[in-house]
Amino acid sequence: MPQLPATEGRIFMSKIKTTFENKKAFIAFITCGDPDLDTTAAAVRAAVKNGADLIELGIPFSDPTAEGPVIQGANIRALRGGVTTDKIFGLVRELRRDIQIPMVFMTYVNVVFSYGTERFASACQEAGIDGLILPDLPFEEKEEFQPIFRKYGVDLISLIAPTSENRIAMIAKEAEGFLYIVSSLGVTGTRNEIKTDLSSIIKTVRQNTTIPCAVGFGISTPEQANKMAEISDGAIVGSAIVKLLEKHGKNAPEYIGKYVRTMKDAMM
Amino acid sequence: MNQKGHFGVHGGQYIPETLMNVVIELEDAYNHYKNDPEFNRELAELFNEYAGRPSRLYFAKKMTNDLGGAKIYLKREDLNHTGAHKINNVLGQALLAKKMGKTRLIAETGAGQHGVATATAATLMGMECVVFMGEEDTKRQALNVYRMRLLGAQVIPVTSGTATLKDAVSEAMREWTSRIADTHYCLGSVMGPHPFPTIVRDFQSVISKEIKEQIIAKEGRLPDAIIACVGGGSNAMGSFYHFIEDKNVRLIGCEAAGRGIDTFETAATISTGRLGIFHGMKSYFCQDEYGQIAPVYSISAGLDYPGIGPEHAYLHDTGRAEYVPITDDEAVCAFEYLAKMEGIIPAIESAHAVAHALKLAPSMAKDNIIVITISGRGDKDCAAIARYRGEDIYE
Repeated sequence: MPQLPATEGRIFMSKIKTTFENKKAFIAFITCGDPDLDTTAAAVRAAVKNGADLIELGIPFSDPTAEGPVIQGANIRALRGGVTTDKIFGLVRELRRDIQIPMVFMTYVNVVFSYGTERFASACQEAGIDGLILPDLPFEEKEEFQPIFRKYGVDLISLIAPTSENRIAMIAKEAEGFLYIVSSLGVTGTRNEIKTDLSSIIKTVRQNTTIPCAVGFGISTPEQANKMAEISDGAIVGSAIVKLLEKHGKNAPEYIGKYVRTMKDAMM
Repeated sequence: MNQKGHFGVHGGQYIPETLMNVVIELEDAYNHYKNDPEFNRELAELFNEYAGRPSRLYFAKKMTNDLGGAKIYLKREDLNHTGAHKINNVLGQALLAKKMGKTRLIAETGAGQHGVATATAATLMGMECVVFMGEEDTKRQALNVYRMRLLGAQVIPVTSGTATLKDAVSEAMREWTSRIADTHYCLGSVMGPHPFPTIVRDFQSVISKEIKEQIIAKEGRLPDAIIACVGGGSNAMGSFYHFIEDKNVRLIGCEAAGRGIDTFETAATISTGRLGIFHGMKSYFCQDEYGQIAPVYSISAGLDYPGIGPEHAYLHDTGRAEYVPITDDEAVCAFEYLAKMEGIIPAIESAHAVAHALKLAPSMAKDNIIVITISGRGDKDCAAIARYRGEDIYE
């Protein structure tokens, strides 16, 4: 894949917060390198063309403890295909030649720590990554990472879970970018029903911050996306998209485009 | 250690937000009950009446004479009910979970000893039990799978990743995030997020407390070295703990080198790993340059783990404890040696500690004393060792 310096050819880099202004955001998750980086690039472009407002790029990890079987499978396929953190930074640079919407990484803390936190943060800034989601980095441990990412203009996105309760205010007050509201207990994966009282969680969040909230974990249908758009600022979809990659491989981008369009339309 | 459970740079709580309140609740409950006289009375009764504590500190006279150096004592954790040190931690955690109102225990297991101990405690206390075990390990340790099921536990073979201990831990963590209210994750080693490394160490520290009393009664002095095997490191931490301040006592942890630390088929974390963050803790891990956790290997399912408990990592950093690699071959030879010399068949995990004593004892003076912790009994390993030696027997 041709690699240009990130600043060259990049038209404009938007910030995460502004992407939620005056609209409900559809956030698409794609595991980088599943089955290869060219397919990832095509999938990202298909999602963006069909209305995705923010792209969450997964850097695969050997032992993704917050993921259900679908995204675990994607991690394994990607790593077997030989993808590495450096190759993924290359992908982001290439995407930034034409993709303007915010892009964030989702990975596990060891991927960042082992690369060198400062080196990773600097590479994010240079390549054009706007934020970072680390599901195994709770509020109590973020001081080791957040100031470094802040220095490079990369938002460290915090998560709030159904069990957060008395922790919501504390997390919301220090949130950056957007808040990732975990819809349900358990790991990632599609669910028929989301039972958590998300409205009351989001109400508490709103009392403590103006940062937008997007809901993820278990969302796959247009009906669910519509419901999330009603109660929050956006919906995050991962496993449903990854399933398309699992099923269609290199041909998945076309299906992903159609799927993203359906979901985005349901949120209008 | 600071409030967030760090040992030097190691430890911490690197877990999903979903689990934060439950580990905080666990820490609060533990801090309350650890000083509660009634809790401690009940736990002491379980240790003594049910598990058969205190375990013997046995003078291995034939072995001592054969090696011709230091006097060798064996701390017989293999004589505990269920056949290993794992029961110490499990009885503590199960009692704590019960006091917290939990009705269901989940656990990971490698060799199966921790799974068997958890299934046992769950049955005893009338709790439900689910054990996650790597599919590879369910084959290596088929007898323990049967024991767990006999005890009423559900055993779930884990097929993800390398289908061994690390994957069983990952799967138990995933299960815990999906069912928290009634469930306690009975973690089996001095690893994972705070407060587990501290809780497990405290419940296992009965081993060093007893060693100290027993050796003073028998020899009138402290030992010169304590040797224990290390995977996550719970029997070693328990064996070391009350000697940490006794600077003249060498503390030696034996890691599983598998086919050798110069090969990729090893699980020797201190020898081959580097600092990382995984399974809730910062510590040393076997990993590649991008932080992907390495597939590790050892003949011993119980030591086949790519990390080490954070307090061990700290004892390594400060030089207070030494960590040495022991290969499969050395462990198998020690397994056979102890069986033939003393009539004691150690777990293949514990045989790693015996193997180091075979190297060390002859170089020490006759008035020196070594204590080896025999963390478990080796019945479970007989078929696998026979196969290693080319005898085609199956359970």
